[in-house]
Amino acid sequence: MVKLKPEDLASIRERMARTMSLREGKARAHVTVHLGTCGIAAGARNVMRVLMDLLEQRDAEDILLTTSGCAGLCSCEPMMTVEVKGQAPVKYIHLDEAKTVQIFESHVLAGKIVQEYALAVGSERVG
Amino acid sequence: MKPYRMHLMLCTGTGCVSNKAFRIRQVLEETLVRHHLQDEIAVVPTGCNGFCAQGPVMVVQPDGIFYQMLTERDVAELVEEHFLKGRPVRRLMFTPSGEREPVPRMSDIGFFGKQRLVALRNRGLIDPEKIEDYIARDGYAALSKILTELTPEQVIEEVKQSGLRGRGGAGFPAGRKWESRRRAPGEPKYVVCNADEGDPGAFMDRSIIESDPHSVLEGMMIGAYAIGAGRGYVYIRHEYPLAVERLDIAIRQAREFGLLGTDILGRGFDFDIEIRRGAGAFVCGETTSLVASIEGQPPEPRQRPPRTTLWGKPVNINNVETWANVPVILLRGAAWFASIGTEKSKGTKVFSLVGKVRNTGLVEVPMGITIREVVFDIGGGLADGKRFKAIQTGGPSGGCIPASLQDLPIDYEQLTEAGSMMGSGGLIVMDESDCMVDVARYFLEFLTDESCGKCTACREGVPVMYRMLAEICEGRGNEGDLELLEELSQAVIDASLCGLGKSAPNPVLSTLRYFRDEYQAHIRDRCCPACVCKALFHYLIDADICNGCGACKKSCPHEAIEGQAKSVHRILQDQCTKCGACFDVCPKDAVTKNPNPIETREPREVNELVPA
Repeated sequence: MVKLKPEDLASIRERMARTMSLREGKARAHVTVHLGTCGIAAGARNVMRVLMDLLEQRDAEDILLTTSGCAGLCSCEPMMTVEVKGQAPVKYIHLDEAKTVQIFESHVLAGKIVQEYALAVGSERVG
Repeated sequence: MKPYRMHLMLCTGTGCVSNKAFRIRQVLEETLVRHHLQDEIAVVPTGCNGFCAQGPVMVVQPDGIFYQMLTERDVAELVEEHFLKGRPVRRLMFTPSGEREPVPRMSDIGFFGKQRLVALRNRGLIDPEKIEDYIARDGYAALSKILTELTPEQVIEEVKQSGLRGRGGAGFPAGRKWESRRRAPGEPKYVVCNADEGDPGAFMDRSIIESDPHSVLEGMMIGAYAIGAGRGYVYIRHEYPLAVERLDIAIRQAREFGLLGTDILGRGFDFDIEIRRGAGAFVCGETTSLVASIEGQPPEPRQRPPRTTLWGKPVNINNVETWANVPVILLRGAAWFASIGTEKSKGTKVFSLVGKVRNTGLVEVPMGITIREVVFDIGGGLADGKRFKAIQTGGPSGGCIPASLQDLPIDYEQLTEAGSMMGSGGLIVMDESDCMVDVARYFLEFLTDESCGKCTACREGVPVMYRMLAEICEGRGNEGDLELLEELSQAVIDASLCGLGKSAPNPVLSTLRYFRDEYQAHIRDRCCPACVCKALFHYLIDADICNGCGACKKSCPHEAIEGQAKSVHRILQDQCTKCGACFDVCPKDAVTKNPNPIETREPREVNELVPA
């Protein structure tokens, strides 16, 4: 290992920023893949894999990727919910690799909802 | 680096490790592989999370879900339900006492809510064995800042302005200490980290090193730069194997990254740190004994002044927690640090909260918080619904503060005024079933064992005080004992060289101050009101509750219980050894503890009371 210079500390911090924002729960956008049994059977784990590769490629450090169970609309799986901070969550249905990439680029990164794959804006009322 | 979508922050502090956290880690990793999740989810071993009572604990990020009391059998369900399908497992969450619904998120749990983390800023957030994790949380940024921007004098001024005081016991201002060592003649100079934590029930320093060893190293580096020292030692007890191991890894990583050694960060600063392991003698926590031990001498205190030296050269000794505070102060500024706490006690304090509270563990709170807040809001109140009686602070050198002073703000001056001290931060909560004479006896026994033997007053005086207390607990106390104890205490204080001897009588003096009645009950009435001292209380079977099941009779190893099946049983007091076996087994809680004397409480003839 080469001896560190002050600027090297900053580059390590930058490299680790995603790891740390995840542990601190800080995020600009939150992507939830519905990984119920129905979702998994329809290919949701592949959607998850695509998203994880995208996060790595784009070096997107302030996006959280989580899972949840069945969203109740099993016929429309695989599904995911995208929630950009300060905006209502959007549910996307019938996902495949290409759609996932498109939604990630357009909605998650650029903030523009992909209308054609979206089921609805907003979530069910809880309680 | 491939990012993970989820981090499982598994506590691997000593408490959780003793409850098989390492085994859980192994099973977790195996189960993740079985579900092909190993590239999506990372298991991150962290230092002590603090909530030791509920260990092993794990926080799942980014959700912030807090799981507790895990076993390897829970792992499969956790992985399949939560980590794969995103459905948190409610049965493994924490449910506060008296409530029915579990609290899923760590930030909503009362135990964590009132804490303020400065020294423990990285606890549960980093892997203590990875220097990159520490750097990612602004680690070594303070070192980099001072080496590029500040002179040693400016660093000292900043620490002085912050109001940081030594966290190891006496509370001496750290900045003033540093200044005097910088000015002291003699080369080379040394810095030492005192990690010889020896108070019964205390594990603050151990946990800081186990969860964030680099924060201590960085603090020492900053101190060394300020003072002009080229070498540092961490004096740590061999009984802390995990802390020693993590410290050793941290030092090696820091050397590898060029943060220890020569020309650190390319700024021409040379400094290195070595570990010195102690054999666990309590007296080594005293600074002059500590340096003697580092030099390879028997650990005995030396007279001060002149100032403490190491191999005849100037040395600056601070405790683990003090060093861990230093980097944040330099990074965030003295004014920020000074804004936390009270007028004379700045910042936060780490406490190990143990004893009869529900939520035992490691807590960090702002100075000035009241005893009540610590015991009830963070500690969750007393276990088993018993009454809060006293809190012991400061370890064997400290004292007991009664429940009547529970609104006392915790800072150096207030605790000293109340007859105790801050010490290094042990807090032992006691309830009505604790006997204060017995507590004093326990601490004096500890100090009798730990006296190094150099000063006659401590070597001979403390054991005499211990024997007197033991006699009082055995019901052989005499009128005048209390006055003699006070006189002896004064003699030990006056004629002992070091802080250990000078504070040894504190457990007696503080309990005498607040619980003199209890001493008098032991001596005059031969009665232990808390029913702890075996010679001074007795067990009785409540004839109104006993259903004659015979469990007590079967469990009694001395055949001291008589009674026919289905009729009330009775304890034969002259044969009873007070082992407590009957008390533990009675399914009806009919066996009770009763303070002496026996005569007035002896039950009526029992058999005739049984309804036909």
